Amino acid sequence: MSYLTEYLPILIFIAVAAALGVGFMLAAWVLAPSNPDPEKVSAYECGFNAFDDARMKFDVRFYLVSILFIIFDLEVAFLFPLTLSLDDVGVFGFWSVMAFLGVLTVGFVYEWKKGALEWE
Amino acid sequence: MLAAIAFYAMAATAIVSAFAVISARNPVHSVLFLILTFFSAAGLFVLMGAEFLAMLLVVVYVGAVAVLFLFVVMMLDVDFVELRQGFLNYLPVGALVALALFAELGLVASAAGQAGAGRAALSLGGPGEVTNAEAIGRVLYTDYLLVFQLAGLILFVAMLGAIVLTLRHRPGVKRQDIAKQVGRRRSEGVELKDVRPGQGIV
Amino acid sequence: MNALIEDFGPVWGFWLGVGQILAIMVMLLLTLAFILLFDRKVWAAVMMRKGPNVVGPFGLLQSFADFLKFVFKEIIIPAGANKTVFILAPLITFTLAFAAWAVVPWAPGWVIADLNVGILYLFAISSLGVYGIIMGGWASNSKYPFLGGLRSAAQMVSYEVSIGFIIITVLLLVGSMNLTDIVNHQRAGIGAWNAFAWPTVFVMFPMFVIFFISALAETNRPPFDLPEAEAELVAGYQVEYSSTPYLLFMIGEYLSIVLMCAMMSILFLGGWHAPWGPVENPFFAFGILYFKIWVCFFFFAMVKAIVPRYRYDQLMRLGWKVLLPTSLAAVALIAGWVAYGRPSLPLTGLGG
Repeated sequence: MSYLTEYLPILIFIAVAAALGVGFMLAAWVLAPSNPDPEKVSAYECGFNAFDDARMKFDVRFYLVSILFIIFDLEVAFLFPLTLSLDDVGVFGFWSVMAFLGVLTVGFVYEWKKGALEWE
Repeated sequence: MLAAIAFYAMAATAIVSAFAVISARNPVHSVLFLILTFFSAAGLFVLMGAEFLAMLLVVVYVGAVAVLFLFVVMMLDVDFVELRQGFLNYLPVGALVALALFAELGLVASAAGQAGAGRAALSLGGPGEVTNAEAIGRVLYTDYLLVFQLAGLILFVAMLGAIVLTLRHRPGVKRQDIAKQVGRRRSEGVELKDVRPGQGIV
Repeated sequence: MNALIEDFGPVWGFWLGVGQILAIMVMLLLTLAFILLFDRKVWAAVMMRKGPNVVGPFGLLQSFADFLKFVFKEIIIPAGANKTVFILAPLITFTLAFAAWAVVPWAPGWVIADLNVGILYLFAISSLGVYGIIMGGWASNSKYPFLGGLRSAAQMVSYEVSIGFIIITVLLLVGSMNLTDIVNHQRAGIGAWNAFAWPTVFVMFPMFVIFFISALAETNRPPFDLPEAEAELVAGYQVEYSSTPYLLFMIGEYLSIVLMCAMMSILFLGGWHAPWGPVENPFFAFGILYFKIWVCFFFFAMVKAIVPRYRYDQLMRLGWKVLLPTSLAAVALIAGWVAYGRPSLPLTGLGG
């Protein structure tokens, strides 16, 4: 179980870092003045009151980007085991991965031709 | 001992936060709880020795899928109060789906208990010999070639689907064509005229 | 920590381990204080200004004065904000930025957690960085932060893909995901560094450059600082933040920049090994890695000073149409080279 003790320090590290962050915030909370007034806590705009809620609809393209990102991220995830085992799986494994990448490259070319990568 | 405490802590977190996902009023909080659930699941993977899967769970689900969820939930202007009102209408269908899922889970569990329990451990070498990422790599690209290629095809279809569903070109948008811009010659842009004094360009 | 527990027993070993963690964090914060000043000084020097020079000799204490000022400022939470998420966002950025350093090896044996999947851990942590920004931008409930957060999220996500592929090329050459192994693979001097090793230099040096560009975009540094483009978005997702919550964002941001410098040093520039050969003395090794991090940061600072900001469509084009296909092709080339051309590794059994 020795690998488990490698993860314990990470947990401690994260806990200490979080504690430090909370500490900083508390320090300002305690030391700094706090007298909010309606003007101070209103949303920042260029000199006028906000007309409506800031959370508006936006271009569907942002979703497209994040979906494409998921797909390529998965592609990267599929390649990670290859890096360790390429010596074992050899030429056959290499071509197997190339076929995999080839299919996705076709998809990528389609994307490109369709203009999905263009930002307007 | 330590491992047992860690297991119970993480399993409990996973269950509680999974419950919070469906009970939280604010959908953004739901997504944040979902992320917590993913993290506890990753922790459970680590406890089982599947470090590689744990990291991939974080990379793919927390780093990519949940980002999309957060995008959709935060930015999509859906009236969630209205959605909630339809709750009772969907209850019978939802209950049916849940029942089917539980039945399937039961089947899988009983089947695994009978025959397949040993199979999963078979492909991995002895503990400590190779890391599990390497063990996966040794079989994924060769023994499970078909499944691997199918995964590629599924990703391909997902890519096409995303484009077909979301891509709308707005008419009349000016785009930058970098190749054209760089390929422009001086002769295309500049014309030299011999101007006589006092006459100007005609 | 394992070794400590073996040597000093569970109780003392544990506390010594915690001591190490604190030491690393203090070291990082101090580094950050001076690297912030360095950034400003470089920027100033390029513009023929003096930069901060009032607090302490040569302005050396500037960052500490800034810190005190942050602490004594009022925390303002906008009335329309979602308070929990608003406070959580900078905390997440800050904590994640630190968490990544747990696996960075500083010298032979000087590492808090020597994971088998160290590089994957770094990749995972850096892919989570987008949360702080997106949450901060949304929770503020104000237009500028919202737009800034949105842009930033799409940008970080776009460049992460190429970072993933570049990491794959390095891993293909090294054959291990352990960061110590990656460093030791390059111990034979500058000719063995992943960025310069013969004959892969033709692929790997461009990959090094692309990694640098992607790192700029991933950390929202100029020329890719669109999320906080002062001229158009005032300060992007952090408009509504003040006092220490803002400080946490800033520390998180700079810490991930320094992390990118460390990753460049470890993946491409031989980590703690010197250009002329292996280094075994931990103090010397630490110094070398530390120096490399500062050199990499110098390039970050120079780019900030001399390159004009990209437009958003150009940014997306660069990420998806240039860097992504190039790094994908590099993965295929390097994999082919490892499978076909490479003489078998003399370094097997290195992991030990």
